[in-house]
Amino acid sequence: MTASATPAIAPPETVLATDDLSAYYGTHQAVGNVSIAFRRQAITALIGPSGCGKTTLLRCLNRIHELAFDACVSGRVLFDNADIYEWGTDPMAIRRRIGMVFQRPNPFPTLSILDNAVAAGGRRLNRRAKLEVAERALRAAALWDEVKDKLSRSPLQLSGGQQQRLCIARAVAAEPDVLLMDEPTASLDPIATAVIEELMASLANQFTLVAVTHNMQQAARVSDVAAFMLADESRTGRLIEVDDTAKLFTKPSDRRTEDYITGRFG
Amino acid sequence: MDEPAFRRIARFVSPVDRGFAAVVYGGSALFAVLIVGLFIELVLGSWPSLRAFGPSFIWKSAWDPVASKFGALPMIYGTVVTSFIAILLASFVGIMAAVFLADFAPRWIAAPLSFLIELLAAVPSVVYGLWGLFVLAPLVRTTIGPVLQHLLGWTPLFAGPIYGVGLLTAGIILALMIVPTVTAISRDVIAAIPRDLREASMALGSTKWETATRVVLPAARVGIFGACVLGLGRALGETIAVTMVIGNRPEISASLFAPSYTLASVIANEFTEATSAVYISALIELGLILFVVSIVVNAVARLMIWSVRGSRA
Repeated sequence: MTASATPAIAPPETVLATDDLSAYYGTHQAVGNVSIAFRRQAITALIGPSGCGKTTLLRCLNRIHELAFDACVSGRVLFDNADIYEWGTDPMAIRRRIGMVFQRPNPFPTLSILDNAVAAGGRRLNRRAKLEVAERALRAAALWDEVKDKLSRSPLQLSGGQQQRLCIARAVAAEPDVLLMDEPTASLDPIATAVIEELMASLANQFTLVAVTHNMQQAARVSDVAAFMLADESRTGRLIEVDDTAKLFTKPSDRRTEDYITGRFG
Repeated sequence: MDEPAFRRIARFVSPVDRGFAAVVYGGSALFAVLIVGLFIELVLGSWPSLRAFGPSFIWKSAWDPVASKFGALPMIYGTVVTSFIAILLASFVGIMAAVFLADFAPRWIAAPLSFLIELLAAVPSVVYGLWGLFVLAPLVRTTIGPVLQHLLGWTPLFAGPIYGVGLLTAGIILALMIVPTVTAISRDVIAAIPRDLREASMALGSTKWETATRVVLPAARVGIFGACVLGLGRALGETIAVTMVIGNRPEISASLFAPSYTLASVIANEFTEATSAVYISALIELGLILFVVSIVVNAVARLMIWSVRGSRA
């Protein structure tokens, strides 16, 4: 199975898919002709060496890519069978339904922990409704017990792992359908990483997760589906192979995937 | 055993290093010496005035060189009011411009515009003064003043005859002069806010405007406050442009259209004609007040910045 084939996962329940998606920074093509479907309530891991376009691909899925001043996109991203790049689509509405967690924890430094948790639209709520929304989100992010007594404190007093879970809570509070995660544990220590991985598994009961990761063990541990990307000679990221994680890590069908997961390069 | 376990190693310091150290220590000590020396010199120079009028110099409002009666209140009032108008106008415009330059303007606009704004800061103040005298003052007399008076004439601030020169005109000129400083520094501060934070806000479905006002500006507020203080510092001490448009009358009037005087402009204006020793001394005392006020403003602002920062550390 190769990248040129149509979406490799037979979509039992596809919520989000790309169709011949290419992404550019100026004239440089960072992602080339990727077609991939993301299964509902599953964790899809995007793996590959640095510079293979996996983060750019992820950023195309909620139209955050276009915030770069010279960014552009061709192809389609289908969300609930509608192209999110269709002329007239409101990117703000898309981003509320496709949340994102970033590589480095980035809570809003001037807001309290509570206000961070309800940052997506909590401004109009009264204090009680705010607390309800925040508690639900913070529980979903496995952070409630650690912060329930200091909701009015600054998020900067939390540890890195706690900050990252706060960011997850912030994304979850918006009640999205899909949660995109860009190397969510890259800046965390092993213990905090384990907590986040556990959390990802529980979040997958409710959301569709797409996670970029450098860490192949992590991909093997937490994901249901894995997609391997690789940059070609003109540094354009291509989708090489996508399959059930168990299969991709044991019997990859592409030679390059095998080389990568056995550590022969990258 | 009273022999110490460790022996101090006799450090060898080369004579060149010694000389170099003396130069750099001396260089940095110079600043302390300068500021203290300046203060002492001002106190000495204003001694006759200090002795003649005592502390009442600050709250007496008579300024009559012929009768040798001197009070600083009108100048303090003029300085505070013009600076306040300036910082009010300049901070609003400057912060908005900085947000536009840092977050909204496409690069092909932002780069030349930033360059122009920085050029604006390089225009000599006497040129601003000329423009103020020949363009802005008539404009205030014929257009801006009457419009404000029509809308807000019921407040004492905008009542009374409109001369063209006066507090409002001086405040506007000062605002123009400090807006480049406020804009340039605020823009740098805003640009230094991590992209991560903006993206976090955008990824929650916020608009660019919401991101700028709710995430970026609050995160940058300390630095922006610093930018405004820097502008205020410049406004307090600005001399020549203000002297040209403020009307130079040592009077206190509630109306912003009324002519007034500032600490800096009275010194510049009257030093050459000050004949008696007590007159000169009174002018130097005005300088002393300006010096102290500037230092206090900066110190208070810095303490505020530190307190904000400390509570968030």
